[in-house]
Amino acid sequence: MENIRTPKVEHVRLIDRTNPRRCSVGTLYLSSTHSIFVENTEARRETWVLHSLVSSVERPPVSPSGNPLVIRCKNFQVFQLLIPQEKDCLDVQASLSRLSRPERYGELSCFSFNPNLNKEARDEAWSFIDLRGDYVRMGIPSNLWYITAANSEYRVCDTYPSDLYVPKSATPSVIVGSAKFRSRGRFPVLSYYHRDNSASICRSSQPLSGFSARSTEDEQMIQAIMKSNPASEFMYVVDTRPKLNAMANRAAGKGYENEDHYTNIKLQFIGIENIHVMRNSQQKIIDVGQVRSPSMGDFLWGLENSGWLKHIKAVMDAGVFIARAVAEEGISVLVHCSDGWDRTAQACSVASILLDPYYRTLKGFMVLIEKDWVAFGHKFSHRYGHLDSDPKEISPVMDQFLECVWQLMEQFPCAFEFNERFLLQLHTYVYSCQYGNFLANSQKERRDLRIQERTHSVWPHLWKDQAEYSNPLYRADHSQTQGVLRPVTTPYCFKFWKAMYNRLDQASAARQSPADCLSAVREETQQLEEELSTHQEVPRGTVHSPTRQENSFSQGEEDGGGAKEDDQSQ
Amino acid sequence: MEFAELIKTPRVDGVVLHRPFLPLVEGTLCLTGHHLILSSRQDNTEELWLLHADIDFIEKRFVGSSGTIIVKCKDLRIIQLDIPGMEECLNIASSIEALSTLDSVSLMYPFFYRPMFEVIEDGWNLFLPEESFKDLESMTDEWRLSEVNRDFSICPSYPPLVVVPKDTDDDTLLKVASFRHGGRFPVLSYYHKKNGMVMMRAGQPLIGPNGRRCKEDEKLINATLRAGKRGYIIDTRATAVAQQAKARGGGFEQEANYPQWRRIHKTIERYSVLQDSLIKLVEACNDQSHSMDRWLSKLEASNWLSHIKEILTTACLAAQCIDREGATVLVHGTEGTDSTLQVTSLAQILLDPSCRTIRGFQALVEREWLQAGHPFQHRCAQSAYSSGKLHGEAPIFLLFLDCTWQILRQFPCSFEFNENFLVLLFEHAYATQFGTFLGNSAAERSATLKLPQKTVSLWSWVNRPQEMEGFVNPLYEPNSLVIWPSVAPQSLQLWEGVFLRWNRSSKCLDEAYEEMVHIIEYNKELQKKVNSLRRQLAQLETEGSPLHTP
Repeated sequence: MENIRTPKVEHVRLIDRTNPRRCSVGTLYLSSTHSIFVENTEARRETWVLHSLVSSVERPPVSPSGNPLVIRCKNFQVFQLLIPQEKDCLDVQASLSRLSRPERYGELSCFSFNPNLNKEARDEAWSFIDLRGDYVRMGIPSNLWYITAANSEYRVCDTYPSDLYVPKSATPSVIVGSAKFRSRGRFPVLSYYHRDNSASICRSSQPLSGFSARSTEDEQMIQAIMKSNPASEFMYVVDTRPKLNAMANRAAGKGYENEDHYTNIKLQFIGIENIHVMRNSQQKIIDVGQVRSPSMGDFLWGLENSGWLKHIKAVMDAGVFIARAVAEEGISVLVHCSDGWDRTAQACSVASILLDPYYRTLKGFMVLIEKDWVAFGHKFSHRYGHLDSDPKEISPVMDQFLECVWQLMEQFPCAFEFNERFLLQLHTYVYSCQYGNFLANSQKERRDLRIQERTHSVWPHLWKDQAEYSNPLYRADHSQTQGVLRPVTTPYCFKFWKAMYNRLDQASAARQSPADCLSAVREETQQLEEELSTHQEVPRGTVHSPTRQENSFSQGEEDGGGAKEDDQSQ
Repeated sequence: MEFAELIKTPRVDGVVLHRPFLPLVEGTLCLTGHHLILSSRQDNTEELWLLHADIDFIEKRFVGSSGTIIVKCKDLRIIQLDIPGMEECLNIASSIEALSTLDSVSLMYPFFYRPMFEVIEDGWNLFLPEESFKDLESMTDEWRLSEVNRDFSICPSYPPLVVVPKDTDDDTLLKVASFRHGGRFPVLSYYHKKNGMVMMRAGQPLIGPNGRRCKEDEKLINATLRAGKRGYIIDTRATAVAQQAKARGGGFEQEANYPQWRRIHKTIERYSVLQDSLIKLVEACNDQSHSMDRWLSKLEASNWLSHIKEILTTACLAAQCIDREGATVLVHGTEGTDSTLQVTSLAQILLDPSCRTIRGFQALVEREWLQAGHPFQHRCAQSAYSSGKLHGEAPIFLLFLDCTWQILRQFPCSFEFNENFLVLLFEHAYATQFGTFLGNSAAERSATLKLPQKTVSLWSWVNRPQEMEGFVNPLYEPNSLVIWPSVAPQSLQLWEGVFLRWNRSSKCLDEAYEEMVHIIEYNKELQKKVNSLRRQLAQLETEGSPLHTP
């Protein structure tokens, strides 16, 4: 490929980030999708770096031992290389810089990734997640809600999915009128329906209300949503922005609902900051995680100064507010921010997780992401920098959602069917584009790219490895897996997500994890149950061959049990 | 009895009790010599039995004719009592104040407590120095048990029996004792079986402004070195602090006189700084109105986690010198009764798997804290709600327990005990019905207070199978290796089980723990069943085999 200047460099040293005095020597290969470092040892250990995951390639000053090259990845892994020849180093840097910033979708790895599936298997994989099925699960369509064809061929809103659910009384003219009164035509539609009490979560973008504009259709739409919850007398409109930002938008002819024009709504501002604030904040927390041997003061100061946990708390608070309104007050909520694809997605999906135990299962979580993020037009390619485009569009919106889920896992260890590893893996896939799910910025764009024919779906792949991603403490009949979660959001309940932001401390991954120990125990338990049932099936007095399975019994002492001796990280 | 004079109003009716996570209880408040009791006389409500000794501080508030007493406990819990009647409230408050600050140790509850259980194994005889010396003797003959301090005259804070190098006679020890702070001459703290290296501890050498030296001291510690090997002296004070100590008669080992030793200074803070840190931390944890920024800045300003990091780092250093460098280590600070013990005891947890068992940990506390003369009575007289002038109160032992918890968190399978066991020790170090943590030294405990005869040992109670059950870590798999915890700030956490215990419900975490226990117990049960079936099968096969093989 023309972008690879040097396909192979020898005598490269890969430096151990936990102990800079240690390194391994080997050969660096550049393919069109990966950089591969192969150790010159008998084991020929390989380190693969996906180019689409590379966020930056830096060349610190030349040292006597060689030409250093630092590769930083979007999942916060860092690789440090020492290359003997300056020319090679420059070539690798240039190649990687180019390869990690594709200009066209076609260059992304999902289009060349081939997991050896035939066409049927591929199609089946794409239908693994069934969003209509999820609405059916919630009891929709019903006598109050229906699926509208208004957006087929993305005629009304090109960033919305073609299937949309609206109140029965919302006629096509109300839909079109409301869409005209909302930023980018993102009119209020159903995101989640709480079967227990008919309260719902709807989502939209901001109204184009400015200082005085109004739209009868939009008002009718809101009224229709409120009426679809027969027992209620009002509904909440949650504007997830800080009030000041929302007010500033009015000058641009946008803003928020005027309570004088909409009857029976209560406006609530939550105060989640915009994507630019979040991007800067995350950069700071990444820096905090990557400082080598900081003092406790440096670390805590950095944590505070980044503002990151404050933002995570704001997202969580939004979800908690909505979930409480729906479950406890029985009041429907319309959620919006500016365009309704970032903060709105965060708030709706956190609320859904709190409200509905299904979304806390592995499959349910996939459905939730496919619905509130992928289908509703979260701009994955812009936010996660899949292509070489405007860096100001990049922002860790999804990262924050995943972190909210992790913070919930810390508070409710038995509530989730999946584990932290699943969140981390998903985070990597969102950025890496090995699969087509998170490609582009809307359903329409993905259709135009024909991703279902040209790429693969990540969900069946993750599903296949569910043993790896399951939480051993999860039990479908446990009290934490029932009903609504009510997290505490006092600041001390939020923790630094070490596994995400401190991958440098790889040694800690080798340390004991109670979850892994338990998983091993559960696996062994399962084997025991199987053996027990086979023993019991054997009719009494029958003697059979003694060779049966005796060897498949390891004593459950594989990993996790004994500690490995490893380095103190300082 | 004297208590009666202090109790002006022994009972008040209609008192309302507010407690964290529990519904209000209205009932009768009674004061006894040692307890504050609130009983609603209803079967289904739990009564409050609070030791006066557990009360750290009280606040009074009055509205109209009724008053409120806020009781802040040493275990960090805060409860509130609404008392009808101004006079009653004042009387109760002054009685609590008097009863919770009794000067005389012999009036403390442990001297009045009679166990409601049968003592099967007397905790007072469990960890005798003679016994642990037998273990040492089986590994090496380079050490001896000295009775030089049998009447506590050489070193009032040492136990009657100490382990010293074999070739050092008692006369030498006498001379060395006069050269070390508090008479604390270097004694053996730990023998590393793997490579025969040792850790010793002592008080600071009394160099003074004129650079005094003591040849016997040099000879004693040199006797522990292997030929041609160097040792490490870990001074738990910053260099400047150690320098300043010279002016007051203390100091550190001069290179010229100890050429075979390399001295390393670490900075573990002294007691008043640590007490201040605890007060700030608990204040930050108790204020739920903080914004995220304020919480993080208060957490940082408390410096508690910095102290944890420093102590753990020093313990890792000591362990590294012994295990990795194969060197002998001598640890001291100023007195050798606080930071020194934090370091020597934590280093043993890292190095010696037996310290990670329940009995082993008890033995460690007994050996490195109680016998080694940590002044529990002084240090634990007040907890986080203390105010005004302090008299040597400091959370030295709590910091040790917190550090242990940090290691336990990083190695959740390597400890036989769980977090509850550490919390229990924290509680009992501050207020207790048992005699174990009373007094400041072995001398006080056995000679003055006669605790073994007059009180019950905490170990007697805790080691009963029915109590032990709650303290066993279900994940425990004996691990014979040295463990190296990470001391990076990202790896250290606030000990929620102590500091947030009364601020946020631990229900979901407790459920997770129960779930874990359940999973493991079910596994064991199945293993038992399968094994018995396998045995039956094997038996059937041996019985059956003659039929098949003629």
